[in-house]
Amino acid sequence: MLAAITSLTILGIALGYLLGLASRYLKVEGNPLQAEIEELLPGSQCGQCGYPGCTAAADAIANSQAEITICPPGGLALVEKLASKLGVSIDLSSVEDKAPMVAFVNEALCIGCTKCFKQCPTDALAGGPKQIHTVISDACTGCEKCVDICPTECVAMRPVPITLQDWHWPKPDAVVVTQVSVV
Amino acid sequence: MTEYLLLLLGTALVNNVVLVKFLGLCPFMGVSNKVDSALGMGLATTFVLTLAAVASWLLEFYVLQPLNLGFLRILTFILVIAAVVQFTEMAVKKVSPALYQVLGIFLPLITTNCAVLGVALLNVQQHHGFVESVLYGFGSAVGFTLVLLIFSGLRERLALSDVPKAFAGAPIGFIVAGLLSLAFMGFSGLVTS
Repeated sequence: MLAAITSLTILGIALGYLLGLASRYLKVEGNPLQAEIEELLPGSQCGQCGYPGCTAAADAIANSQAEITICPPGGLALVEKLASKLGVSIDLSSVEDKAPMVAFVNEALCIGCTKCFKQCPTDALAGGPKQIHTVISDACTGCEKCVDICPTECVAMRPVPITLQDWHWPKPDAVVVTQVSVV
Repeated sequence: MTEYLLLLLGTALVNNVVLVKFLGLCPFMGVSNKVDSALGMGLATTFVLTLAAVASWLLEFYVLQPLNLGFLRILTFILVIAAVVQFTEMAVKKVSPALYQVLGIFLPLITTNCAVLGVALLNVQQHHGFVESVLYGFGSAVGFTLVLLIFSGLRERLALSDVPKAFAGAPIGFIVAGLLSLAFMGFSGLVTS
């Protein structure tokens, strides 16, 4: 018993130490910017940007092969973070000002077919076979994969309620219009 | 000397891990679309298999047997294999980023390649000595690489040929793998003791 515990522990520590050494000597000098950008991206590997995953997308953004607006689930909040990170001034009017969306299951139509949560890259859909599914909004990145797969069209995208992190002042022209209408 | 040569030849051709023992079928079907990536996978697996065979033999005879810990065999072997694969992944990433991209998920999946654990366990089961274990590991890996190369060459040609629609893709791949396995049975007459 003691011998088993001790030998496995020693083995684990030794291998871990060796791997730590190896990772130090075999370190690949990656682009540090890429790692930072990848931190900001949602990390759900949904592929809506056209790249096979968030790592590839971060690489493309870091090498300025891709626009900083390519990530649909990230939305406006991500574009602003990327712009400040890269020091790029971005014309936000070109960005489709789509409020971030999360999936929502209409429980009256759900037949519990489990197709949507097999598709979900972030495990944001919960439920079982022949059980009504539901969406964990905090985990949903709004990639819309579940919308296409649902056979009864019970999954819909709904805007995320606005929080302190993504609240914006209303655009000034909206104010101007109201003033004009008053006059 | 001839004994060792026979062992090497026997494991590579006669008792081929993939086609006769049916171990390591996942990368055999998964990474055999292109000859280049198949060669890369074969070399990475060769490295891992040989190193894992050596490490597991040393562990078996210097740690597990003296301490009478045979029940920990699978656990410790998996631990060693995982470490070796992790090391290989780092080395491949450093040496050849292109190959790292091509192999993708199949590189860490060498850990779960049953050929690697299978060879380590067979070494123990068949009471191999140290040199025999190394040769057995290396021979198996060479056999694996050889079969992977042959199969990827076949599949490259299959991709260009006019396969009936019902068989296109994976089904014809499985049939070809079966035929290849039959062909390799011909080697069983090679070594007669």
